[in-house]
Amino acid sequence: MADPSASTAPTPAIRLRDIVKSFGPVQANRGAELEVARGEIHALVGENGAGKSTLMRVLAGMYAPNSGQMAVNGRDVTGWSTADAIAAGVGMVHQHFMLVPTLTVAENVVLGSELTRGPVLDRAAAERAVRELSERTGLVVPPHALVRELSVGQAQRVEILKTLYRGAKILVLDEPTAVLSPPEVQELWTVLRALRDQGDTIVLITHKLDEVIDISETITVMRAGRTVARMPTAGTTPQAIARAMVGRDVALALDADYAGVPAVQQLGAVPALLEVRELSVSSAAGHPVVRNVEFSIAPGEILGIAGVEGNGQTELIEAIAGLRAATGTIALGGRDLMPLDVRRRGDAGLSHIPEDRHERALVLDYSVAENLVLGQQHRFTRGAALDTGRILAHARALITHYDIRPPDAALPARALSGGNQQKIVVAREMSRDFKVLLAAQPTRGVDVGAIEFIHARLREARDQGKAVLLVSADLAEVLALSDRVAVMYGGRIVALLPRSDASPETLGPYMTGAERAA
Amino acid sequence: MIALAFFAQTLRIAIPYLLAAAGGVMSERAGLIGLTLEGYMLGGAFCAVAASFASGSPWLGVLAAVAGGALLALLYAVSAIRFRADQVVVGIAINLLAIGLTRFLLRLFFDSSSNSPRVAGFTSQGSGTGFGALVQNPVVWLGIAVIPAAAWLLYRTPFGLRVRAVGEHPAAAASVGVPVARVRYLAVLVSGMLAGLGGAYLALDQHQFTDGMTAGRGFIALAATIFGRWDPLRAGLACLLFAAAETLQIQLQGTQAIPSQFVEMIPYALTIVALAGVVGRAVAPAALGKTTIE
Repeated sequence: MADPSASTAPTPAIRLRDIVKSFGPVQANRGAELEVARGEIHALVGENGAGKSTLMRVLAGMYAPNSGQMAVNGRDVTGWSTADAIAAGVGMVHQHFMLVPTLTVAENVVLGSELTRGPVLDRAAAERAVRELSERTGLVVPPHALVRELSVGQAQRVEILKTLYRGAKILVLDEPTAVLSPPEVQELWTVLRALRDQGDTIVLITHKLDEVIDISETITVMRAGRTVARMPTAGTTPQAIARAMVGRDVALALDADYAGVPAVQQLGAVPALLEVRELSVSSAAGHPVVRNVEFSIAPGEILGIAGVEGNGQTELIEAIAGLRAATGTIALGGRDLMPLDVRRRGDAGLSHIPEDRHERALVLDYSVAENLVLGQQHRFTRGAALDTGRILAHARALITHYDIRPPDAALPARALSGGNQQKIVVAREMSRDFKVLLAAQPTRGVDVGAIEFIHARLREARDQGKAVLLVSADLAEVLALSDRVAVMYGGRIVALLPRSDASPETLGPYMTGAERAA
Repeated sequence: MIALAFFAQTLRIAIPYLLAAAGGVMSERAGLIGLTLEGYMLGGAFCAVAASFASGSPWLGVLAAVAGGALLALLYAVSAIRFRADQVVVGIAINLLAIGLTRFLLRLFFDSSSNSPRVAGFTSQGSGTGFGALVQNPVVWLGIAVIPAAAWLLYRTPFGLRVRAVGEHPAAAASVGVPVARVRYLAVLVSGMLAGLGGAYLALDQHQFTDGMTAGRGFIALAATIFGRWDPLRAGLACLLFAAAETLQIQLQGTQAIPSQFVEMIPYALTIVALAGVVGRAVAPAALGKTTIE
């Protein structure tokens, strides 16, 4: 890599040298470097667990590095605190929003730097400050709304407003587009470019290489805690970045050649494996969240559901899986699933990769081996007791086949990286005897190498004649895998297109609710 | 006239609940379980009597009660915040400590296993339970004022905003430079002071300390905190409701129409019914009881 110190540019906004940060035995950063020029948009890319977020948290003062030097605008700030970082104009927008859901937008924005009138909070001034910032940046959010009532896109705007309110001139955004629809991503780019043009410096952590190409001026690539490459964006390609990230050539989802996918079986010619009719689900508060959804999936078909998160996809998947009460009919190979509980639906041939691996899919304190039989433990018994020998053999086989690292069946799932945790879930759900697979956000928070692997498994299932229902917030993923694409908006399926008619341009208006067809 | 007497009695019973529940709201909104209110009250009750007895001044008794409650709260805060001990376990330990310690000190100072000598208090002993006696007692006014004061502190001041933030999403608060531990210490100390004051009222109202005299009132205040969905005003109303149930119980005891055992159950049964979700599901502060920030 190029030695950052050799740069002849004026004092960089950020210069991190040889940063080492360990958490117990785990070294998240082992000599990471980052140099960001003032007024540029800089992409920090790398696989999951490469240490990007840790490095940025070091920069934001959340972690003190074990060794290394940090300079901001030429000043040595090694090991500073969050408060110091904020005071010096460094603001971080976290991947998991750092917002208090029960407080209002204005309260969240001023928290920690409250405006007062005497001893009392000055709410009016706080709301005015939010409105002024909204006008200046185009990040419009109602200041008195409770954060828990906002969409993810709006919540992200609050996060950015929060950092700007504190006078941030250096903005770090950790995977900001993971939760946004394509038009929202474009809006975010507009805002970021405007901020850059005002002289702000922006560091963007992302997995999505097309975004890197789209928005950044310079790219730093991290791998296994180290900085392995730094390059100007102009003249590079997603393939070159991916190679630097993984250290080998990778088949990118975006490259998937759709022509290679077998033709969709004509519905009617082959009976559908999964048939959903008039499915409706109500929220706990009684509001309809899935409204009259209908679709069917043939054997050997992947139906992809695109859409901004929170438009009923979660509830739809959970209703089919049996985790949520619903009305309507769900049939698997002609068999009515509605009267069956979760386990019996599984026995009937339904497999489910839940969208939130911590909430639904894994018991983090259980071992890898135990997690690999969760939900099927009744098949791994000898008499009344669990057959630990068979469970372990099962685990060893799956660990090898799915390349789960570290390959230790006895480790608690908590000890594995997010990508490897997801591999446990995928391994478990795809190793059982299933006909229909519900795959909800199957590659969320997973690195490029693992994404490639999981995508290959999904295609394999399709080629074996299974029916796959894929829900993903990542439109590129939906387009790369699906034979047909549906869009959910406001609890309804508003579009259902063959893959050949689906593109970000055709789907975008449906995803934002601007159009509906189905 | 009967209605007025009923109201006066309800208020008299409610004062310690109001004080402790206001403390409970502060503590729980900051993310620390208010299980220890019982211990703070008992400790406060003893300190109030001991200091009044020694000095002859009920005001010094009140100050000692506030200090005693704060001391127990500090112990809880250090265990739960500094050392990240499980709040339920530490909470139970502190309540047991308060029972044992007051019993020990009762014997040490007053050479009795059951009760202290009588102390003056704010009201003369013969002044009864009517409004006349109530309005003479400054702690009654504190008990009435504490609810709007807690609401003001929680919703109108920067400190309150920070309390609400650290109890709901401490990592978010920390990320913007809010000193999470300090805010939690302060909130717990305030809860100890208020519950200690509630104990002082109880002891001075009865002009003596008796062993285990709080008899679960701290837990009822905690129930009111939860029943009031961690909002000072609603928690205050819950306190009044529980106090009214107790007043009803006292008045029904005279009638002998219903077996007294059932009558005595009324406040507790009401507490269970209330907490079982009759008035909608309560959503606790998200970080309540959590020992780590992230």
